[in-house]
Amino acid sequence: MNALDLARWQFGVTTVYHFLFVPLTISLVFIVAGFQTAWFRTDNPKYLKLTRFFGELFLINFAMGVVTGIVQEFQFGMNWSDYSRFVGDIFGAPLAIEGLLAFFLESTFLGMWIFGWDKLPKRVHLASIWIVAIGTLLSAFFILAANAWMQEPVGSIVNSTAGRAELKDFGAVLTNPTVIWAFPHVIAGCFMTGGAFVLGVSAWRLLRRPAEDGAPFRTAAKVGAVALLVAGLFIVVTGDQLGQHIAVDQPMKLAAAEDLQTTQSSAPFSVIHAVGLQRQGDRLDQDPERAFHPGHARPQRPRFRASTTCKPSTPAQYGPGDYSPIVPVTFWSFRLMIGAGSLAALAALWFLWRMRRGRVPGRGAVAIALVLPFLPLAANSFAWIFTEMGRQPWIVYGLQLTSSGVSPNVSSLEVAITMVVFTLLYGGLAVVEVGLLAKRIRAPLPAADAGGADSDQPAAFAY
Amino acid sequence: MLHNVWFLLIAFFWIGYFVLEGFDFGLGILLPFLGRTDKERRALINAIGPIWDGNEVWVLVAGGATFAAFPHWYATLFSGFYLALFLILVALILRGVAFEYHSKRDSARWRAGWDWAIFIGSALPALLWGVAFANIVAGVPIDQNKEFTGDLFTLLNPYGLLGGVVTLTLFITHGAAYIALKTEGELRARANRLLVFVGLVAAAAAVVFLGWTQASKFVPGSAVVSVAAALALVGALAANRLRHEGWAFIGTAATIGLAVVALFLNLYPNVMPSSTNAAYNLTISNASSTDYTLTIMTVVAVIFTPLVLLYQGWTYWVFRKRVTADRIPDVAAPSAPAGPAAASSN
Ligand code: HDD
Ligand code: HEM
Ligand code: HEM
Repeated sequence: MNALDLARWQFGVTTVYHFLFVPLTISLVFIVAGFQTAWFRTDNPKYLKLTRFFGELFLINFAMGVVTGIVQEFQFGMNWSDYSRFVGDIFGAPLAIEGLLAFFLESTFLGMWIFGWDKLPKRVHLASIWIVAIGTLLSAFFILAANAWMQEPVGSIVNSTAGRAELKDFGAVLTNPTVIWAFPHVIAGCFMTGGAFVLGVSAWRLLRRPAEDGAPFRTAAKVGAVALLVAGLFIVVTGDQLGQHIAVDQPMKLAAAEDLQTTQSSAPFSVIHAVGLQRQGDRLDQDPERAFHPGHARPQRPRFRASTTCKPSTPAQYGPGDYSPIVPVTFWSFRLMIGAGSLAALAALWFLWRMRRGRVPGRGAVAIALVLPFLPLAANSFAWIFTEMGRQPWIVYGLQLTSSGVSPNVSSLEVAITMVVFTLLYGGLAVVEVGLLAKRIRAPLPAADAGGADSDQPAAFAY
Repeated sequence: MLHNVWFLLIAFFWIGYFVLEGFDFGLGILLPFLGRTDKERRALINAIGPIWDGNEVWVLVAGGATFAAFPHWYATLFSGFYLALFLILVALILRGVAFEYHSKRDSARWRAGWDWAIFIGSALPALLWGVAFANIVAGVPIDQNKEFTGDLFTLLNPYGLLGGVVTLTLFITHGAAYIALKTEGELRARANRLLVFVGLVAAAAAVVFLGWTQASKFVPGSAVVSVAAALALVGALAANRLRHEGWAFIGTAATIGLAVVALFLNLYPNVMPSSTNAAYNLTISNASSTDYTLTIMTVVAVIFTPLVLLYQGWTYWVFRKRVTADRIPDVAAPSAPAGPAAASSN
């Protein structure tokens, strides 16, 4: 393998890994904040117990999200230096803003929340977890805006003298149609993950430990199921819009997802997209240049046509070459995303039905509860593999090839070293994290009056 | 004009990082030595518990801002110093997880393992950031395509290594000052005694290093600030003798901040000089983004940086009390959000 392949594998592995923790962080912080708000409002100790139980799980997960995120921040410069030179004028801004706006908020106020139970007025303490929650959304938005620009480079021109893309309209980058749909879509994916996690954990507790803590976990299971279900509906709506949009913006990707060169797919959900593609495709055929967004200064680049062969219709415009993504990967990751997500949403319905009016699902449900949290996690990973692999061979769609983005002065040995160490380290940490989560999930619910700190204790001890 | 503003701002983010994370690193390095019992070590970790992550974000912002304002600097630096940065990343991963997972199991072996992870995860970056900065200032081989042409060993030259020793010892001193300020009893006394000793080593290393820097490229402003940094350190040691722990900490913080200022003044107007040929230097103008991008970034930075300073300052105020080992509970509580104030709800 050469340095390029290794760098690509490294990016894929580290980013997918980062994104295992991100969705749980984003959704659990809201769910925990919700429980704490319920406690604040009702003074019912049940909600305090849930806040602390899921708060603990959230923190174990959050730590991994933070340390894997640091790698992401520096990876662009390390492995993709020519890409960084080419895009820095545009891509760097959202990344820097993410740090300044979001990461500072998240990290500072999470510290307040963990250590501030006996230091802050209740109201301020509650506010701090909500501020963390807002921080995660800001973080998601800015990083997705950066990613969306790679998928659809709006608001910019290429300056060939300087050899780089230059920002012309920052507003256009932040209102990129891709991010407008991808953001709600990704957030919905996050809530599916958190909902499935809370439902899975709570259902397991209800079934395995029916004697203890019935009431709190019943509540939590319902909260999880409803979150999963609502987010599941939302994700279909936003996903369909996203699909409609990429039919126009990246027809090659959708064509590959539908595998238009070979068969009509038999799966029913394909029908939705095939129809959408048809509609957009017709227009593309009439006017391939149609899709430029008014008001967005962007280079005039030829559009691929969603041709039935998945081959670019005008290779001459980019020079000879094959500009199609790897079709099987794109095709299958798209289906696995939808399949795994839909299964999870169905499981939510099933649990809600089996738990109606005080009923408890049968013992057989334990297995489903255990598998459930992994379904949206898998859907998220497949979704990103679809999105990113479907963009290939471009690193910035239509503007820069992935092969031109890699660091020219980093040897394959160097990338191999970092790849191996990251993989081992990440593997080891995954074992530690799963072990800790499992231990906490089995632990008794924290008493609502534990802690008992007298007010002049020097500090709260979380570590 | 805006290039200058961003050169300043990036210096500012690095100062924030080294001053704040500097004492986290120092504390992490001292952890196995100053903390003799498990409870003492946990008291030490809790002394930075609420703030270390917020401190770490300064480096993410420094990195992100470099990407946005000087893409060529970001690209050349991070691809060039590849393995050194990789080691820093591994260290930061270990350290971050170690803080969070340290007390999640009630097992002495588990905690001892994480104690060492904190030590390594703090010592390695404390050393390597100094090596990296010394090399940035001294210049490294960079070709006409703005690409770094050396390898890891290019960075391990005497001046670079001395730079590493300076940051390492300065951060330990700063950490000791922080521990003296934030703990009570035995821990506090030990930190106070240790500070004198490492402080003198740091002072010697820093004086040689800053002198060497001026000898290779004399910049009057930078020289003046270097002297001020040395004086601040002497002041810190004196304050420590007089048991003015607050002033000693301010003194070590000022030393670190002024040393970074001295280096950036020496660097200006370059951002990464080339030792191959001065014509290949990366400068604030040939490495920077367009004025449009810089303008947007300036607006954002001017609005949000003061806000960040305000709320981070507030955290330090909320957690201003000293931490003591005897108040550390026996077992790691089964639930981390450390219980709310005496059960008003039950
Ligand atoms: C949709 C959301 C999303 C996406 C696509 C990404 N991240 Fe992320 N990231 C988050 C959402 C998030 C988060 C939920 O906000 C995290 C998780 C834990 C945390 O502190 O914030 C986070 C953490 C996190 C951190 C640590 C922050 C800290 O120390 O507090 C960094 C440096 C990054 N991320 C950087 C990146 C980069 C460079 C990405 C692109 C490749 C990326 N993230 C993808
Ligand atoms: C967090 C969710 C994300 C996941 C799971 C993800 C996944 C992937 C995967 C699997 C690849 C490998 C593609 C290949 O080998 O061909 C990749 C490549 C890449 N992605 Fe993403 N991505 C994510 C978000 C982002 C974001 C937010 C950005 C930009 C901010 C980004 C930028 C890149 C870059 C620069 C590459 C390397 C070039 C390449 O090989 O395609 N990704 N990503
Ligand atoms: C019927 C259901 C769904 C449809 C129609 C759908 C559609 C899409 C499409 C078309 C994209 C590609 C966007 C692009 O290339 O820019 C995408 C990406 C993505 N999907 Fe879905 N999806 C569905 C379900 C899910 C589920 C269940 C999850 C996770 C729980 C999920 C998570 C994601 C993520 C994380 C991305 C990448 C983010 C991005 O586009 O920038 N999706 N989805």
